[in-house]
Amino acid sequence: MTTEAHVHHPNYVKIWAVLVLLLIVSVVGSMSHIRDVVLIAAFGVALVKAYLVAKNFMHINIEKRWVPYLLITCLLFIAILFAGVAPDVMKHSGENWSKFPAKQGAVTSGGPATKNE
Amino acid sequence: MSASAKPIANTRSGTGIPTVRLITWWVIASEIVIFGGLLATYVMHRLGHPEWTEAASHTNTWAGAFNTFVLLTSSLCAVLAHQAADAHDGPKAAKMLRLTVLGGLIFLTVKGFEWTADIHEGFVLSSGGFWSFYYTLAGLHGLHVLAGMIIMLIVAADATKNQELQRVECIGLYWHFVDIVWIFLFPLLYIAR
Repeated sequence: MTTEAHVHHPNYVKIWAVLVLLLIVSVVGSMSHIRDVVLIAAFGVALVKAYLVAKNFMHINIEKRWVPYLLITCLLFIAILFAGVAPDVMKHSGENWSKFPAKQGAVTSGGPATKNE
Repeated sequence: MSASAKPIANTRSGTGIPTVRLITWWVIASEIVIFGGLLATYVMHRLGHPEWTEAASHTNTWAGAFNTFVLLTSSLCAVLAHQAADAHDGPKAAKMLRLTVLGGLIFLTVKGFEWTADIHEGFVLSSGGFWSFYYTLAGLHGLHVLAGMIIMLIVAADATKNQELQRVECIGLYWHFVDIVWIFLFPLLYIAR
Protein backbone atom coordinates (compact mmCIF):
# COMPACT_ATOMS: atom_id res chain seq x y z
CA MET A 1 0.00 0.00 0.00
CA THR A 2 1.39 3.38 -0.87
CA THR A 3 -0.33 5.85 1.42
CA GLU A 4 -2.85 6.07 4.19
CA ALA A 5 -5.42 7.38 1.72
CA HIS A 6 -5.40 6.83 -2.01
CA VAL A 7 -5.27 10.02 -4.01
CA HIS A 8 -7.61 10.74 -6.85
CA HIS A 9 -5.55 10.37 -10.00
CA PRO A 10 -6.42 12.86 -12.73
CA ASN A 11 -5.70 12.32 -16.43
CA TYR A 12 -1.92 12.64 -16.23
CA VAL A 13 -1.36 12.36 -19.98
CA LYS A 14 -3.57 15.42 -20.51
CA ILE A 15 -1.55 17.39 -17.93
CA TRP A 16 1.70 16.27 -19.59
CA ALA A 17 0.34 17.47 -22.96
CA VAL A 18 -0.40 20.91 -21.44
CA LEU A 19 3.14 21.01 -20.02
CA VAL A 20 4.66 20.18 -23.42
CA LEU A 21 2.47 22.86 -25.03
CA LEU A 22 3.75 25.39 -22.49
CA LEU A 23 7.32 24.31 -23.27
CA ILE A 24 6.69 25.04 -26.97
CA VAL A 25 5.24 28.45 -26.01
CA SER A 26 8.35 29.29 -23.98
CA VAL A 27 10.72 28.27 -26.81
CA VAL A 28 8.74 30.15 -29.49
CA GLY A 29 8.33 33.17 -27.19
CA SER A 30 12.08 33.27 -26.54
CA MET A 31 12.65 33.95 -30.27
CA SER A 32 10.80 37.26 -29.98
CA HIS A 33 12.80 40.49 -30.03
CA ILE A 34 10.42 42.12 -27.53
CA ARG A 35 12.01 41.87 -24.09
CA ASP A 36 8.72 41.62 -22.17
CA VAL A 37 7.50 38.78 -24.38
CA VAL A 38 10.74 36.86 -23.80
CA LEU A 39 10.53 37.37 -20.03
CA ILE A 40 6.89 36.24 -19.86
CA ALA A 41 7.61 33.28 -22.15
CA ALA A 42 10.60 32.30 -20.07
CA PHE A 43 9.65 32.92 -16.45
CA GLY A 44 5.85 33.31 -16.54
CA VAL A 45 5.49 29.98 -18.32
CA ALA A 46 8.07 28.37 -15.98
CA LEU A 47 5.98 29.40 -12.97
CA VAL A 48 2.83 27.90 -14.53
CA LYS A 49 4.67 24.68 -15.40
CA ALA A 50 6.09 24.37 -11.88
CA TYR A 51 2.61 24.94 -10.43
CA LEU A 52 1.09 22.24 -12.66
CA VAL A 53 3.78 19.71 -11.70
CA ALA A 54 3.51 20.50 -7.96
CA LYS A 55 -0.28 20.37 -7.98
CA ASN A 56 -0.97 17.44 -10.26
CA PHE A 57 2.13 15.24 -10.08
CA MET A 58 3.21 15.93 -6.47
CA HIS A 59 -0.40 16.30 -5.25
CA ILE A 60 0.65 19.15 -3.01
CA ASN A 61 -2.89 20.55 -3.01
CA ILE A 62 -4.22 17.51 -1.13
CA GLU A 63 -1.20 17.09 1.16
CA LYS A 64 -1.46 18.07 4.85
CA ARG A 65 -1.60 21.86 5.07
CA TRP A 66 1.70 22.32 6.86
CA VAL A 67 3.68 20.69 4.02
CA PRO A 68 3.08 23.64 1.65
CA TYR A 69 3.72 25.94 4.64
CA LEU A 70 7.10 24.25 5.17
CA LEU A 71 8.04 24.62 1.50
CA ILE A 72 6.85 28.26 1.37
CA THR A 73 8.92 29.02 4.50
CA CYS A 74 12.02 27.70 2.71
CA LEU A 75 11.21 29.91 -0.29
CA LEU A 76 10.86 32.90 2.05
CA PHE A 77 14.36 32.23 3.37
CA ILE A 78 15.60 32.46 -0.21
CA ALA A 79 13.75 35.77 -0.65
CA ILE A 80 15.42 37.09 2.53
CA LEU A 81 18.81 35.93 1.23
CA PHE A 82 18.18 37.72 -2.07
CA ALA A 83 16.99 40.93 -0.40
CA GLY A 84 19.96 40.94 1.95
CA VAL A 85 22.73 40.18 -0.52
CA ALA A 86 21.51 41.49 -3.88
CA PRO A 87 22.14 45.20 -3.19
CA ASP A 88 25.78 44.48 -2.46
CA VAL A 89 26.14 42.49 -5.67
CA MET A 90 24.06 44.68 -7.96
CA LYS A 91 24.82 48.22 -6.74
CA HIS A 92 27.86 50.27 -5.85
CA SER A 93 26.17 52.48 -3.27
CA GLY A 94 22.97 52.91 -1.28
CA GLU A 95 21.32 55.16 1.32
CA ASN A 96 24.13 55.05 3.88
CA TRP A 97 26.75 52.89 2.29
CA SER A 98 29.09 52.67 -0.66
CA LYS A 99 31.27 49.89 -1.97
CA PHE A 100 34.86 50.98 -1.47
CA PRO A 101 36.49 48.61 -4.01
CA ALA A 102 34.02 49.87 -6.65
CA LYS A 103 35.42 53.39 -6.23
CA GLN A 104 38.83 52.06 -7.11
CA GLY A 105 37.49 50.17 -10.10
CA ALA A 106 38.24 46.77 -8.57
CA VAL A 107 34.60 45.66 -8.84
CA THR A 108 32.98 45.26 -12.23
CA SER A 109 29.46 44.25 -11.17
CA GLY A 110 26.62 46.69 -10.65
CA GLY A 111 27.33 48.74 -13.76
CA PRO A 112 29.62 51.77 -14.03
CA ALA A 113 30.34 53.78 -10.89
CA THR A 114 28.52 57.13 -10.63
CA LYS A 115 29.93 60.49 -9.56
CA ASN A 116 28.57 60.10 -6.02
CA GLU A 117 30.53 56.93 -5.59
CA MET B 1 7.29 -8.73 4.97
CA SER B 2 4.63 -8.57 7.67
CA ALA B 3 3.40 -5.20 8.97
CA SER B 4 5.01 -5.76 12.39
CA ALA B 5 8.39 -6.45 10.80
CA LYS B 6 8.33 -3.28 8.73
CA PRO B 7 10.66 -0.43 9.74
CA ILE B 8 9.05 2.31 11.84
CA ALA B 9 9.34 4.78 8.94
CA ASN B 10 6.76 2.76 7.03
CA THR B 11 4.25 2.29 9.83
CA ARG B 12 4.27 5.36 12.09
CA SER B 13 2.16 8.35 11.13
CA GLY B 14 2.35 10.81 14.05
CA THR B 15 1.82 13.87 11.85
CA GLY B 16 -0.95 12.38 9.75
CA ILE B 17 1.60 11.75 7.02
CA PRO B 18 3.44 8.40 6.83
CA THR B 19 6.96 9.03 8.14
CA VAL B 20 8.55 7.78 4.93
CA ARG B 21 6.73 10.52 2.99
CA LEU B 22 7.39 13.08 5.70
CA ILE B 23 11.13 12.44 5.32
CA THR B 24 10.82 12.96 1.58
CA TRP B 25 9.16 16.36 2.11
CA TRP B 26 11.96 17.36 4.51
CA VAL B 27 14.55 16.36 1.91
CA ILE B 28 12.70 18.44 -0.68
CA ALA B 29 12.51 21.40 1.75
CA SER B 30 16.28 21.28 2.27
CA GLU B 31 16.83 20.94 -1.47
CA ILE B 32 14.72 24.08 -2.00
CA VAL B 33 17.20 25.98 0.16
CA ILE B 34 20.21 24.51 -1.68
CA PHE B 35 18.94 25.11 -5.22
CA GLY B 36 17.03 28.27 -4.27
CA GLY B 37 20.17 29.79 -2.75
CA LEU B 38 22.22 28.98 -5.84
CA LEU B 39 19.53 30.24 -8.23
CA ALA B 40 19.03 33.46 -6.23
CA THR B 41 22.80 34.05 -6.24
CA TYR B 42 22.92 33.45 -9.98
CA VAL B 43 20.00 35.83 -10.62
CA MET B 44 21.53 38.69 -8.60
CA HIS B 45 24.90 38.26 -10.34
CA ARG B 46 23.24 38.00 -13.73
CA LEU B 47 21.35 41.25 -13.12
CA GLY B 48 24.56 42.88 -11.95
CA HIS B 49 26.53 41.68 -14.98
CA PRO B 50 24.72 42.67 -18.20
CA GLU B 51 27.78 41.52 -20.14
CA TRP B 52 26.96 37.88 -19.26
CA THR B 53 24.29 38.05 -21.98
CA GLU B 54 26.99 37.44 -24.56
CA ALA B 55 28.22 34.30 -22.77
CA ALA B 56 24.63 33.05 -22.33
CA SER B 57 24.02 33.34 -26.08
CA HIS B 58 26.40 30.39 -26.61
CA THR B 59 24.17 27.88 -24.76
CA ASN B 60 22.18 25.52 -26.95
CA THR B 61 18.47 26.36 -26.52
CA TRP B 62 17.34 23.34 -28.54
CA ALA B 63 19.32 20.92 -26.37
CA GLY B 64 17.86 22.56 -23.26
CA ALA B 65 14.32 22.42 -24.68
CA PHE B 66 14.73 18.75 -25.64
CA ASN B 67 15.98 17.93 -22.16
CA THR B 68 12.99 19.77 -20.66
CA PHE B 69 10.70 17.61 -22.80
CA VAL B 70 12.55 14.47 -21.64
CA LEU B 71 12.25 15.40 -17.96
CA LEU B 72 8.55 16.30 -18.28
CA THR B 73 7.93 12.93 -19.93
CA SER B 74 9.92 11.10 -17.25
CA SER B 75 7.83 12.90 -14.61
CA LEU B 76 4.73 11.55 -16.35
CA CYS B 77 6.18 8.03 -16.09
CA ALA B 78 6.96 8.58 -12.38
CA VAL B 79 3.42 9.67 -11.57
CA LEU B 80 2.00 6.76 -13.59
CA ALA B 81 4.20 4.48 -11.46
CA HIS B 82 2.61 6.03 -8.36
CA GLN B 83 -0.84 5.40 -9.84
CA ALA B 84 0.08 1.75 -10.53
CA ALA B 85 1.46 1.35 -6.99
CA ASP B 86 -1.80 2.73 -5.58
CA ALA B 87 -3.58 0.01 -7.57
CA HIS B 88 -1.19 -2.58 -5.99
CA ASP B 89 0.24 -3.31 -9.45
CA GLY B 90 3.92 -3.57 -8.49
CA PRO B 91 5.23 -4.92 -11.82
CA LYS B 92 3.59 -2.05 -13.75
CA ALA B 93 4.93 0.48 -11.23
CA ALA B 94 8.42 -1.01 -11.69
CA LYS B 95 8.09 -0.79 -15.47
CA MET B 96 7.10 2.88 -15.24
CA LEU B 97 9.97 3.60 -12.86
CA ARG B 98 12.43 2.01 -15.29
CA LEU B 99 11.02 4.19 -18.08
CA THR B 100 11.61 7.18 -15.80
CA VAL B 101 15.22 6.04 -15.37
CA LEU B 102 15.51 5.82 -19.16
CA GLY B 103 14.39 9.46 -19.31
CA GLY B 104 17.10 10.38 -16.81
CA LEU B 105 19.67 8.50 -18.89
CA ILE B 106 18.66 10.35 -22.07
CA PHE B 107 18.80 13.65 -20.16
CA LEU B 108 22.34 12.99 -18.92
CA THR B 109 23.49 11.77 -22.35
CA VAL B 110 22.25 14.97 -24.02
CA LYS B 111 23.91 16.98 -21.24
CA GLY B 112 27.16 15.09 -21.84
CA PHE B 113 27.13 15.93 -25.58
CA GLU B 114 26.22 19.53 -24.80
CA TRP B 115 29.03 19.98 -22.30
CA THR B 116 31.53 18.30 -24.65
CA ALA B 117 30.59 20.82 -27.37
CA ASP B 118 30.85 23.72 -24.89
CA ILE B 119 34.29 22.59 -23.70
CA HIS B 120 35.52 22.14 -27.29
CA GLU B 121 34.45 25.73 -27.96
CA GLY B 122 36.61 26.80 -25.04
CA PHE B 123 33.87 27.44 -22.50
CA VAL B 124 35.02 25.80 -19.29
CA LEU B 125 34.26 26.32 -15.59
CA SER B 126 36.89 29.05 -15.34
CA SER B 127 35.88 30.91 -18.52
CA GLY B 128 33.89 33.51 -16.58
CA GLY B 129 31.17 34.09 -14.05
CA PHE B 130 28.36 32.87 -16.28
CA TRP B 131 30.12 29.62 -17.11
CA SER B 132 30.95 29.01 -13.45
CA PHE B 133 27.26 29.23 -12.59
CA TYR B 134 26.27 27.26 -15.71
CA TYR B 135 28.45 24.26 -14.85
CA THR B 136 27.73 24.43 -11.11
CA LEU B 137 23.94 24.67 -11.46
CA ALA B 138 23.60 22.14 -14.28
CA GLY B 139 26.21 19.85 -12.69
CA LEU B 140 24.53 19.81 -9.28
CA HIS B 141 21.19 19.19 -10.98
CA GLY B 142 22.75 16.37 -13.04
CA LEU B 143 24.04 14.74 -9.85
CA HIS B 144 20.50 14.82 -8.44
CA VAL B 145 19.21 13.18 -11.63
CA LEU B 146 21.86 10.46 -11.29
CA ALA B 147 21.03 9.88 -7.60
CA GLY B 148 17.31 9.68 -8.43
CA MET B 149 17.99 7.11 -11.15
CA ILE B 150 20.00 4.86 -8.81
CA ILE B 151 17.38 5.02 -6.02
CA MET B 152 14.60 4.46 -8.57
CA LEU B 153 16.23 1.25 -9.83
CA ILE B 154 16.43 -0.04 -6.23
CA VAL B 155 12.76 0.86 -5.61
CA ALA B 156 11.78 -0.74 -8.94
CA ALA B 157 13.54 -4.00 -7.98
CA ASP B 158 11.33 -4.26 -4.86
CA ALA B 159 8.21 -3.05 -6.67
CA THR B 160 8.55 -5.87 -9.23
CA LYS B 161 7.96 -8.27 -6.32
CA ASN B 162 5.08 -6.10 -5.02
CA GLN B 163 7.21 -5.09 -2.04
CA GLU B 164 7.63 -1.65 -0.40
CA LEU B 165 5.25 0.03 -2.83
CA GLN B 166 4.99 3.12 -0.57
CA ARG B 167 8.49 4.03 -1.77
CA VAL B 168 7.25 4.48 -5.34
CA GLU B 169 5.38 7.66 -4.42
CA CYS B 170 8.34 9.03 -2.43
CA ILE B 171 10.93 8.61 -5.18
CA GLY B 172 8.33 10.11 -7.54
CA LEU B 173 8.04 13.21 -5.32
CA TYR B 174 11.82 13.62 -5.42
CA TRP B 175 11.87 13.21 -9.19
CA HIS B 176 9.13 15.80 -9.73
CA PHE B 177 11.12 18.24 -7.59
CA VAL B 178 14.21 17.65 -9.75
CA ASP B 179 11.96 18.30 -12.75
CA ILE B 180 10.75 21.61 -11.24
CA VAL B 181 14.35 22.72 -10.64
CA TRP B 182 15.08 22.13 -14.33
CA ILE B 183 11.91 24.00 -15.32
CA PHE B 184 13.56 27.10 -13.78
CA LEU B 185 17.11 26.31 -14.93
CA PHE B 186 16.01 26.10 -18.55
CA PRO B 187 14.85 29.75 -18.92
CA LEU B 188 17.63 31.05 -16.67
CA LEU B 189 20.49 29.38 -18.55
CA TYR B 190 19.10 28.91 -22.07
CA ILE B 191 16.43 31.53 -22.78
CA ALA B 192 17.30 34.71 -20.86
CA ARG B 193 19.79 36.43 -23.15
